Amino acid sequence: MARLPPELTRSARAIADAVRSRKVSARDVADHYLERAARHDGTVHAFLHLDPAAIRAEADAVDRRVAAGDASGALLGVPVAIKDNLCTRGVPTTCASKILADYRPPYDATVVARIRAAGGVVFGKTNLDEFAMGASTENSGYGTTRNPRDLARVPGGSSGGSAAAVAAGFAPLALGSDTGGSVRQPASLCGVVGLRPTYGLVSRYGLIAFASSLDQVGPLALNVDDTMLLMEVIGGHDPRDSTSRKVDLAPLAKAPAPTLAGLKVGVPAEYKVEGVEPEVRAAVERCEQLLVKAGARLVPLALPLTPYAIPTYYLVVTSEASSNLARFDGVRYGPRADARELSHMYGLTRAQGFGDEVKRRIMLGTFALSAGYFDAYYKKSLQVRQRILQEFTEAFTKCDFVLGPTAPTAAFPIGEKASDPVQMYLCDVFTAPAPLAGLPALSIPCGTTKGGLPIGAQLQGPACSDFRMLRVARELEKLLALDLVPCDPASAPAPTNGGASRGR
Amino acid sequence: MAAETKTAFEPVIGLEVHCQLATKTKLFCGCEAGFGGQPNSRICPICTAQPGSLPVLDDEALNLAITVGLALSCTIRAKTKFDRKNYFYPDLPKGYQISQYDEPLCEHGFLEFEVEKGATKRARVLRVHMEEDAGKALHPEKTSSSLVDLNRAGVPLVEIVGMPDLASPAEASAYLQALRRLLRFAGVSECDMEKGSLRCDANVSIRPVGETKLGTKVEIKNINSFRNVERALVFEIARQTEAMQSGGKIVQETRSFRDTEGTTVSMRVKESADDYRYFPDPDLPVFEIDPARVERLRKALPESFLVKRARYRDAWGLTEYDARVLTEEPATARFFEAVVAAGLPPKAAANWVQGEVLGWLTESKRELETLQTTPADLVDLVKMAERGELSHLAAKKVLRQMLDTGAKAAAAAQSLDLLQIRDASSLGATVDEVLQQEAKIVGDYRGGKETALNALLGRVMRATKGKGDPNLIKELLLQKLGPAGPAK
Repeated sequence: MARLPPELTRSARAIADAVRSRKVSARDVADHYLERAARHDGTVHAFLHLDPAAIRAEADAVDRRVAAGDASGALLGVPVAIKDNLCTRGVPTTCASKILADYRPPYDATVVARIRAAGGVVFGKTNLDEFAMGASTENSGYGTTRNPRDLARVPGGSSGGSAAAVAAGFAPLALGSDTGGSVRQPASLCGVVGLRPTYGLVSRYGLIAFASSLDQVGPLALNVDDTMLLMEVIGGHDPRDSTSRKVDLAPLAKAPAPTLAGLKVGVPAEYKVEGVEPEVRAAVERCEQLLVKAGARLVPLALPLTPYAIPTYYLVVTSEASSNLARFDGVRYGPRADARELSHMYGLTRAQGFGDEVKRRIMLGTFALSAGYFDAYYKKSLQVRQRILQEFTEAFTKCDFVLGPTAPTAAFPIGEKASDPVQMYLCDVFTAPAPLAGLPALSIPCGTTKGGLPIGAQLQGPACSDFRMLRVARELEKLLALDLVPCDPASAPAPTNGGASRGR
Repeated sequence: MAAETKTAFEPVIGLEVHCQLATKTKLFCGCEAGFGGQPNSRICPICTAQPGSLPVLDDEALNLAITVGLALSCTIRAKTKFDRKNYFYPDLPKGYQISQYDEPLCEHGFLEFEVEKGATKRARVLRVHMEEDAGKALHPEKTSSSLVDLNRAGVPLVEIVGMPDLASPAEASAYLQALRRLLRFAGVSECDMEKGSLRCDANVSIRPVGETKLGTKVEIKNINSFRNVERALVFEIARQTEAMQSGGKIVQETRSFRDTEGTTVSMRVKESADDYRYFPDPDLPVFEIDPARVERLRKALPESFLVKRARYRDAWGLTEYDARVLTEEPATARFFEAVVAAGLPPKAAANWVQGEVLGWLTESKRELETLQTTPADLVDLVKMAERGELSHLAAKKVLRQMLDTGAKAAAAAQSLDLLQIRDASSLGATVDEVLQQEAKIVGDYRGGKETALNALLGRVMRATKGKGDPNLIKELLLQKLGPAGPAK
């Protein structure tokens, strides 16, 4: 039975405070979430790896620490689900790929180490599209995750397992990674909050690289306040990551809350195009109206480069991925195919280990980087990125933040886009631009469709405006007055077709 | 084929030299950058390419690489970046090597080297770039498996790409020797070919004498010693010349040098250039190099061996030969200069260091670095001889004892019982004995034969086992015998 008072299941911050003041033990918190996962994850399949004994041991250690008088740590006793492309020492880390079956990293990712140091409890490894390549978690080598709000639908991706875990109440917090929308889009489709931080604000050390120049680790939570809490723990300079910004996070995190009165909210014409579901459009427009009512001013914007983001994005990510994934060669870790010759061993290992989408991207990227094509593709894409950044920079001279939909649609049925990569790629249309420009963006729940599917609104801001943006989002969250609680997967619409399977 | 006048060909050679920078740690992680050791004993998540690990550039390596550039009179870029060179091989953990492609750290330098005695030549250096080393793939005999040792993976290297300015195997050899010496004197690398801290690939083509266009180039790999640079090139030039003269064609290819046979064999033909799919490494930012840093390194650049050699010869009056020998190795020059600094005139210091110390090292197959005798010890010894406490000959013996045992000068002289006898009364007694024994020579002297005095001196020296102070003995003999001629 649930051992947590209901108010604690709505707020990670409240859990940490309760553990700190010993109103509740970390062990009770862990047991609560373990029970929920045990009851529902057979259906949802948010986790690839969940070790109750290890989690209880970690929780007990936190309790002993508190009992010994050390009640420091922002995440005291708070379970945090970790996307399975983040390294956890001695704990399987697979990127949802067969090529890393049973791989146990010898070290913790910086973000994982920071969570532990803050008293957080590492709570399982969540499912994803293989190597974070996808927008539905259907590309996992170990079975699809279902959207806990509608089990026939995808949770989005690639951080679908993390978003589903938070939405279903398997963990109050989760880490995802966002390369072109992989935190924000599943957050939107699962009805939770997800932040993609400014590039370099969160260490990538221990995040298994997909596209290094775009990958960022980001927090997911039920509400904005908890998102901020986790961001404060994981953010900040890390000398192990050369692309980490030398920025002091504390003053950013503690800056006074901006008032909505006078806030300039950019509304790009390009975000109100065909292909955006009317219900999504309506929900975002409601946000606009609420903000205006609170004193904000809408600034019509033109971001004409928006349609170029996806092609640019897919050149960058495939190119970088083709190189980043070269290390999965069967020599040092992962399964190795039997072959007489070295080149056959490589070929077979990779043919058997990678899924179709990963292979597709490696091939595209290998082509794009080939001699004679580099200038036309990768180099050109870097130039377009510069232009997109310029466009944003100009926009932010006219407005404080840009508002729009996170994804053009709510959660789509499992299988609907699985066989059409281009349709799947178009899910990133609103989330790809910010990463290309290195800018922060977040998704917050802003309503539901008539069918009860969550809709997310996206805020995008200038570099390092993460915490200001989170505060604005918190104000908007108040205005929206949604009931941000975990859903009950048992009462969600049941799966209609095949879909999820535990293919491990 | 009809016998015609054969066209004469000339070779065009350029060397690509990899040199390991003498840093404590690897280029992108904190592992020690040593040589040998238990396989896979110096590895970490970064240099074994564990998923999620990231490189962080070692600042010391950057300093050393800039120093290499400065020693070769290169331009140092204000901004530099790293690129990925993508290819698969088991000794390459990431599936790419972090290197520098189109924006190398250093460019447009030159190396001055001696082609013949006194004649120097300048070969242009196209570029110097930084990169990480790969590991080592081992293929144990009688097994079907291969092993990989990643101790070397990630060790910092610079690649020094020379222009095709070398006209003979001998020049190539001289260039490489000079480059090695330059880098060793600059303190950036051990440049030990046996340990792999210096590796050389040679590009060679031939063309008819007088032609200015370059011929088809062949790259020779696996040249593992200085001697083999010349051997490999001599063979390859002969091979190419023969091919051309018999109407054949040179294929652009990479060939491997076979040490045992002294030949080169084809490794792979470059039909089209290898496609390494270079692109900027997104894990490493563009590095801005502060001009002040370059200036600081330029000021700290040690004197090159050529400048040193000229200084020894011109300012210190050393012979060309001595100046050359003393600038072969940085340790020798350091030792020699320390002896001078400790108070010996350069000429004398050169004689002692070059003649005695280096001679001993060669005989005993030792390295100067392991020597217990310090420059100050050597100076002590020479001062003892100057004060007459040791004969010149005895001093040399004492020095050998010092070098053998590490003893200080006084102790070594004592233990060998070679301190000169300068006591007039004890020497006087020996002189008297000799005069009695050598009546015939004394008679010659009395008969007016002046040179007989030297014979007597020799007899006394022998009687003192060489320890008598010859000046004092001479004085005593004259005292006792008076000038040559009948006794007064």
